[in-house]
Amino acid sequence: MQSESHTHGIDLAALGRNKQSLSLADETVALEVPGLNLFYGQKQALHNVSMNIPKQRVTAFIGPSGCGKSTLLRCFNRMNDLVDGCRVDGEIRLDGQNIYRKGEDVAELRRRVGMVFQKPNPFPKSIYENVVYGLRIQGINKKRTLDEAVEWALKGAALWDEVKDRLHESALGLSGGQQQRLVIARTIAVSPEVLLLDEPCSALDPISTLKVEELIYELKSRYTIVIVTHNMQQAARVSDYTAFMYMGKLIEYGDTDTLFTNPAQKQTEDYITGRYG
Amino acid sequence: MKGSDTVKQQNLKTWFKSGTPWVWLNAGAVSIAVIMTLGLLAVIASRGLAHFWPADVIVADYQVPGQAPRLLAGEVVEMEEVPRARLAASGLPVNAEGGEFMTRELLKVGNREVYGADFSWVVGEWLSNIRTPAELVAIERREWGNFYGFLVNVKEEGRLVAEGDAAWPELQRRLQRVDALHGEIKDVEKHQIGRINHGLERLRLKTRKLELEGRLDAAAQADLAAEKAQWDAEYQVLEARLGELYQAFNRDSIRVRTADGQELDISLGKVVRAYQPNGMSQLEKIGHYFAKLWEFVSDEPREANTEGGIFPAIFGTVLMTLIMAVIVTPFGVLAAVYLREYARQGVLTRVIRIAVNNLAGVPSIVYGVFGLGFFVYVLGGSLDRLFFPESAPAPTFGTPGLLWASLTLAILTLPVVIVATEEGLARIPRAVREGSLALGATKAETLWKIVLPMASPAMMTGLILAVARAAGEVAPLMLVGVVKLAPSLPLDGNYPYLHLDQKIMHLGFHIYDVGFQSPNVEAARPLVYATALLLVVVIATLNMSAVYIRNHLREKYKALEH
Repeated sequence: MQSESHTHGIDLAALGRNKQSLSLADETVALEVPGLNLFYGQKQALHNVSMNIPKQRVTAFIGPSGCGKSTLLRCFNRMNDLVDGCRVDGEIRLDGQNIYRKGEDVAELRRRVGMVFQKPNPFPKSIYENVVYGLRIQGINKKRTLDEAVEWALKGAALWDEVKDRLHESALGLSGGQQQRLVIARTIAVSPEVLLLDEPCSALDPISTLKVEELIYELKSRYTIVIVTHNMQQAARVSDYTAFMYMGKLIEYGDTDTLFTNPAQKQTEDYITGRYG
Repeated sequence: MKGSDTVKQQNLKTWFKSGTPWVWLNAGAVSIAVIMTLGLLAVIASRGLAHFWPADVIVADYQVPGQAPRLLAGEVVEMEEVPRARLAASGLPVNAEGGEFMTRELLKVGNREVYGADFSWVVGEWLSNIRTPAELVAIERREWGNFYGFLVNVKEEGRLVAEGDAAWPELQRRLQRVDALHGEIKDVEKHQIGRINHGLERLRLKTRKLELEGRLDAAAQADLAAEKAQWDAEYQVLEARLGELYQAFNRDSIRVRTADGQELDISLGKVVRAYQPNGMSQLEKIGHYFAKLWEFVSDEPREANTEGGIFPAIFGTVLMTLIMAVIVTPFGVLAAVYLREYARQGVLTRVIRIAVNNLAGVPSIVYGVFGLGFFVYVLGGSLDRLFFPESAPAPTFGTPGLLWASLTLAILTLPVVIVATEEGLARIPRAVREGSLALGATKAETLWKIVLPMASPAMMTGLILAVARAAGEVAPLMLVGVVKLAPSLPLDGNYPYLHLDQKIMHLGFHIYDVGFQSPNVEAARPLVYATALLLVVVIATLNMSAVYIRNHLREKYKALEH
């Protein structure tokens, strides 16, 4: 396997971390959260979360299980609407527009804010049909356009070389890592502005994880990426900014290096040094 | 002693603990179930399939004590041991001495017009000089059942053509000609004249309709008259042709002699086939067997359903089940989708679910009554008033028929489809739905493109259960459209090809009719078994094809393996 050996040689330090100072204040804002509260029935899951997600950067959410990081992530494309009894209080602005305003086209929002889930969830269709699914939903059925989109998206997800000869075979025959990259290809095929990654590597083996991380690095030049992860090394490796959440509150948010090397809050320090979580 | 007892107890205890008895118990239950099923099939198959075998026909002297001996010829159908005393009690002159039991044999003696009945019980001990003459002829006829006896000669328009040894091959030759003629007559009667009758009936309805609408002016009348004249002319031609055919058909005849010496003439037009059962080789018998079997599944019934085939019943059963499937699937799936995907889950949906589940337990005859009362009289009656006023007072849809039978069965099986589909929908992983929604698909698009295809194996499961139940149902059908003899198939070459208003025949009802409503019980019994076997085969075939489709779909949409 040519591509496998290629990842073995990867140098994590070379994953592009340019250690020069990054500052949230200098970034263009992609997603703006000015004080968000979220309730599951009576229970409040997010407490007055305020943050700005910078454009074309990788932002990681870390924190112990149940701290609300996935919940927050699912607010960005309104996936929480599907949960019975979930109520959102506050705004989230995408390019200055409140996505929770009345009359918002949720389907269009989700096209603009793509999402990749914890477990790979390819559709039981061919690899080709998986990638073009979102395009077909938009009514694009011209074969030339679709063919081009498939090649482009699969190349973008670093999967093209592995599957180009079996595009019309079932996607369920792929390995877990390939499936996850297929899901990423499927998501970028509809040209979203933001990519939400909800623990995208938690079901993958280390080699597949490396490939996906490498991919995240490649993608950030074109997309705003928000990643939820349990794995602090992963957060440290792939992200430019990191938010630490605890008990539904945003405890600390800043550039990754500072947060990991010199956390401002005691809770953050306790968490990253492994004292709880 | 005491020590060994405790050891035994200990052993028993460990044996129970080991779980072995439960394995045996379960395995026993399974074997009993399997044996019962196989036994059932074996009984039905052996009783039903043996009927078509050309058994030897015996000729014997039958001497009832105190009466003159007579010659008997017939097939031994059944043999049983009967207490001597019982035979004596039934008035037979039985000798008081001898063994406790005597044998009693059921002979199929045929020759109904001579003896009055096809079957006759005889006492085995009084038969003597039993032989199986090779030249004995069995003749299957279109009426009066079988004839057993000897061929005397073959005649053409009363003129002797062949006799003695030459008669048999001559008969076979002429039978082939008659067979061809029979096919032609059937074609003329059924298809060509059927088409004309159909055309005339439509013409009559058209006339009546114009009359009702007050548009029957001179011009229209002339048009209609011209059309009618055309049909009539066509009919004249066919009638003349039919007359010729019948004349040719009944040209030949044979003279035959029964075992006890009575002679009679049989027109060849009445003969289906003639064979010499005792002279046949094993291979010929097998050939004859399969010919009979094929006739049974492919031909129409004769003689009050006790002879010939049951093709119309097979056809009716399958067609009705298919139409039912076409009706029940969309309704069941739509209902399940609404209940599972759109309806707010609460008390009301729970009540609806309970109601649906309970519907599956309502006795089927209740559905039959409902079908008759609502579909046939209310719906059908309204349809007739609205769309078919010209055929009044004769009902079109306001009478039991194929559509109502299918619709009644569709309601009967609706709960099964709903429940199975709902379960299928519930099993679709949430992740896949979210994946689709996250790509910008609406809920409806997700349902249509992802969820429903993935749930299709579950829908097929529901359909399989529905078909299994519907195809075997009889009670409600007797009320809403199944009859003992339907003159024509509900699917033919006359517009509109599929006649949903027609009455149909059905295997299940056929069993009931042949078994319990037939004047000729002995002749009908094997047919009951054969028909039952066929019903099982038809249902199994329908199910197998559905299972095949489901497995195919399962393979295609297999759920994500986690």
